[in-house]
Amino acid sequence: MKQMEKRKYMNPYWAGTLLGLVLLAAMFLSGRGLGASGGMKYLVVSAVGAVDKEHAQTAPFYSKYFEDGKKPALNWLSIELFGLVIGGFASGAISGRLKLKTEKSPKIRNWTRFLFAFLGGCLFVYGAQLARGCTSGAALSGMAVLSVAGFVTMMAIFGSAYLFAWFFRKLWI
Amino acid sequence: MGPISTLYQLPEWMDLMFALFIGIGFGFALEQAGFSSSRKLAGMFYGYDTTVLKVFFTAAVVALTGAQLLSYFGLLDLRLVYVNEYYVNAAIIGGIIMGAGFIMGGFCPGTGVCAASIGKIDAMVYLLGGLTGAFLFAETWPWIAELAGKNYRGAVKINETLGLSPALFTVLLVAAAAFMFWLAEKAEKRFARKDITSDY
Repeated sequence: MKQMEKRKYMNPYWAGTLLGLVLLAAMFLSGRGLGASGGMKYLVVSAVGAVDKEHAQTAPFYSKYFEDGKKPALNWLSIELFGLVIGGFASGAISGRLKLKTEKSPKIRNWTRFLFAFLGGCLFVYGAQLARGCTSGAALSGMAVLSVAGFVTMMAIFGSAYLFAWFFRKLWI
Repeated sequence: MGPISTLYQLPEWMDLMFALFIGIGFGFALEQAGFSSSRKLAGMFYGYDTTVLKVFFTAAVVALTGAQLLSYFGLLDLRLVYVNEYYVNAAIIGGIIMGAGFIMGGFCPGTGVCAASIGKIDAMVYLLGGLTGAFLFAETWPWIAELAGKNYRGAVKINETLGLSPALFTVLLVAAAAFMFWLAEKAEKRFARKDITSDY
């Protein structure tokens, strides 16, 4: 019974307050918001630079990240992403939630879940690059600084997810 | 007075230390909220779990109110805090693509990283997809650069667009959030199903 209690998630309003204070700290300390998709972009840019240096220095998208000998892996967003992994792991360890598992509706097979997880990740991060931020970088952080872009992106993300929810209901319920 | 790293021109490594600590707090808060569970996140779109709405809007309101208060008392110079620039087409189309990715993948990038960090295999696959998406974006950039830059409006603020003071807009957003929380509590009772995340 005690074990169950420990594994319970935090009250959502408290967790939200904690998240809001972390975002406020980012604004106060570094003058910026939170982000997740940005760090992924820097990892990819960095990997492309390591594999095909010439392509990275000539292709219009990559070259700006390598100007003046800059190292895209040592960037605010990629370091923050590294912290995110540590923080998530620490929280999972404290609450007894560290476990290798796949979560899905009992109606579908693991491979179906993996296929849509891959496609979903691909689409999400592609869209996030286009909109210059994801749920954290554009929507949440944008709203906290009253950016119109933040509010518009937030409504587009949630509105679209509701719109498509019916088609993908078998994946979840 | 903040933002500290800009105002005191701190060396880059100190700003990166901030990034590390902020990332740790970010990941911790997301995991404690239950955002390491895709079925919990997806529940938002089927009405059986509205944690996403509660956590997301509480965080937005806390950070917004906090920033406005710090600015009012002269502790934070908001002119030095980054404000997302508004590219109309990119924000809307990008958001729609993200929404589709959300309902298919069950995560957004931050929650995906958080879930992978506690061992969710579907989240690891999601992240592989995410890295592929970033790579595809970089490679297709020459064809979408025009769309991405269309209808640029600059770093416009929503209260200015609506002709309101930042303080009044903040109060209105807090009230709107409170109303949504009330609706969310009602929806959860109506569409309740047994806890789908309790079987660790």
